[in-house]
Amino acid sequence: MTGDSIRRSITITNPQGLHMRPLQAFVETAGRYQSTVFLTKEGGERLNGKSLWNLLTMAAEQGTLVHLEVSGPDSSQAADALIEVLQRHYTDE
Amino acid sequence: MEIKRGIAVSPGVAIGPAFVVDTEGLRISRRSIDRGQVTDEITRLRAALAGAALEARETQKDISAKLGKQYGAIFAAHALLIEDPELVRELEALVTDKQLSAAYAVSRVMRRHAKALENLHHPTFSTRSSDLFDIEKAILRHLLGEEEASLDLKEPVVILAHDLTPSETAALDPNLVHAFATEAGGRASHTAIMAGVLEIPAVVGLGRFLTDISGGDEVIVDGNRGVLIINPDDETHLRYEETRKTFGTFSRGLGELRDLPAETRDGHKVTLLGNIEFPHEADHCRSRGADGVGLYRTEFLYLNKTEDPTETEQYEAYMTVLRTLGPGKPVVIRTLDLGADKFFRKPDQHQPHEERNPSLGLRSVRLCLRNLALFKTQMRAILRASSHGDVRIMFPMVSTLLELRQCKLILAEVKEDLEEAGIPFNRKLPLGTMIEVPSAAIMAAELAREVNFFSIGTNDLIQYTLAADRTNETVAGLYSAGDPAVLRLIEQVVEAANRFDIDVSVCGEMSGEPIYTMLLLGMGLRQMSVTPQNIPEVKKIIRSITVEEAKQVAAQAQRLDTARDVNHYLREQTRRILPEVVT
Repeated sequence: MTGDSIRRSITITNPQGLHMRPLQAFVETAGRYQSTVFLTKEGGERLNGKSLWNLLTMAAEQGTLVHLEVSGPDSSQAADALIEVLQRHYTDE
Repeated sequence: MEIKRGIAVSPGVAIGPAFVVDTEGLRISRRSIDRGQVTDEITRLRAALAGAALEARETQKDISAKLGKQYGAIFAAHALLIEDPELVRELEALVTDKQLSAAYAVSRVMRRHAKALENLHHPTFSTRSSDLFDIEKAILRHLLGEEEASLDLKEPVVILAHDLTPSETAALDPNLVHAFATEAGGRASHTAIMAGVLEIPAVVGLGRFLTDISGGDEVIVDGNRGVLIINPDDETHLRYEETRKTFGTFSRGLGELRDLPAETRDGHKVTLLGNIEFPHEADHCRSRGADGVGLYRTEFLYLNKTEDPTETEQYEAYMTVLRTLGPGKPVVIRTLDLGADKFFRKPDQHQPHEERNPSLGLRSVRLCLRNLALFKTQMRAILRASSHGDVRIMFPMVSTLLELRQCKLILAEVKEDLEEAGIPFNRKLPLGTMIEVPSAAIMAAELAREVNFFSIGTNDLIQYTLAADRTNETVAGLYSAGDPAVLRLIEQVVEAANRFDIDVSVCGEMSGEPIYTMLLLGMGLRQMSVTPQNIPEVKKIIRSITVEEAKQVAAQAQRLDTARDVNHYLREQTRRILPEVVT
């Protein structure tokens, strides 16, 4: 069965943008849920949110708008967790 | 398709699959697999990915414990990437649908992705590409592991490397190498010399290109124009197929010169000898009508061995050369010239400590004088061979009169030993010294009194005179055989040899470059020792001119005061005579 499909848009506020560590956290988090996850940079390609390989090519700097798309039985929890990751600041680098 | 420009060092055109020799010991030679192998290849790929991911996670734990969690996280990311569903899908598709070998698929996918990341041109995001190279290596290590760690070639390939070390080239099967192309190196680098020796096209000094290429990619090496083409399009491929055929025709034309003497139009005979490195190359000299071997480099007897070569092994090698050339042909054997750019198998074996400045250090004859057992063994082998033909002995890198005298003293001792043992040898074995250190050129008159012949080793003479490393791209421009300072030293050496009536030849790369033939002839040289494949061209120039013309060219060239002017002038003069050889 397919659960609800959730779409959310968010502006990246992390000063270094979505570099390796936030992307890694994103992929690890996405991997914990059954739902499919897609991340699209405004004007860019729709990328598999469970693939760091694909997300690496998304150069999302601070201030970039990204669209999150989560579908599946646990989509609501997944979306919340992923938004939290995208909003997190990585200041220790 | 990508085109890279470098320095053309050995003529000809080759097309073939790339074989990347890198310092990591990971070599991908096989590009595709048979349909029946696909299932096995997928299994191998999955096992390698699992192994590499496991390794990354272990490194993560290790580093986290030692340095802190944030550093370990890098390896967690690597593990995540190695097992990435999209990556695995991409790799498996290449193996299944295109029947590419797993190793080639990994290399290709990683390098294309790394390139895409570099093209983001963003300081934060572009640096990720280096992570991909790490990952590529980790996966390949698991995939190739024991299997292809060596330089065992299975099919004819084009060798690509940053730079080739002598031992690497020595380990290659010459029958399976179409061409060389390297990132580093200059006109007289080891790769260039080896390519000449193997008679295969080569381009060096190409700058960084290995990151743009995967083992197995199709490449074209144009050794006439100094170009490397990666993944050529169909049109380029066809054009080069044509060039390859035409070039063969030009070479065959020169082949007709074989049985004609190297004699100027006004009847002055020039002795044209060949430079060789391996015994089997004596055949390259013979097939081109060389008058003998003017420089037999013996270093390869010592490389890639666990022990120094025995007297018998060396004797056998020298005898092979003598037998191949036939009676009456001189063979100048140069004693061991190891050190600096040539590595010993165990660095500490003959050299006491690491040197800060190896090309000015304990190398060549200096090394031999410190290792008398090694030196004497070689002398015995040379002396024994001398009873079977026109063998001559030559000492390299002599920088003072005293060194030469030491060498002569040791040779006399060895002769005495042989005499006592009743072993036959030529008591009048001609003895010569190389002139390749400026001090030797300056002291040529004194040295001439003590030897039977000189051989001017221009490669080192130029390097030491101009204090420029020919393989260092940033200063290689200073290195030129046409430099007036070099010409003056050569003039001095020739003058000294004539005054004391001893033979003098030139055996560096310079003598094989057609633009210098007239100059050398005009400066009074009547002996040249060149890479066998250059014999026909040099001979053709000699046969096209008179000594008087050559003298005029030399006189004019020596009036010019920069290398650039000299080379430009000589190129123009040579173009008048043999336009095909001037690039």
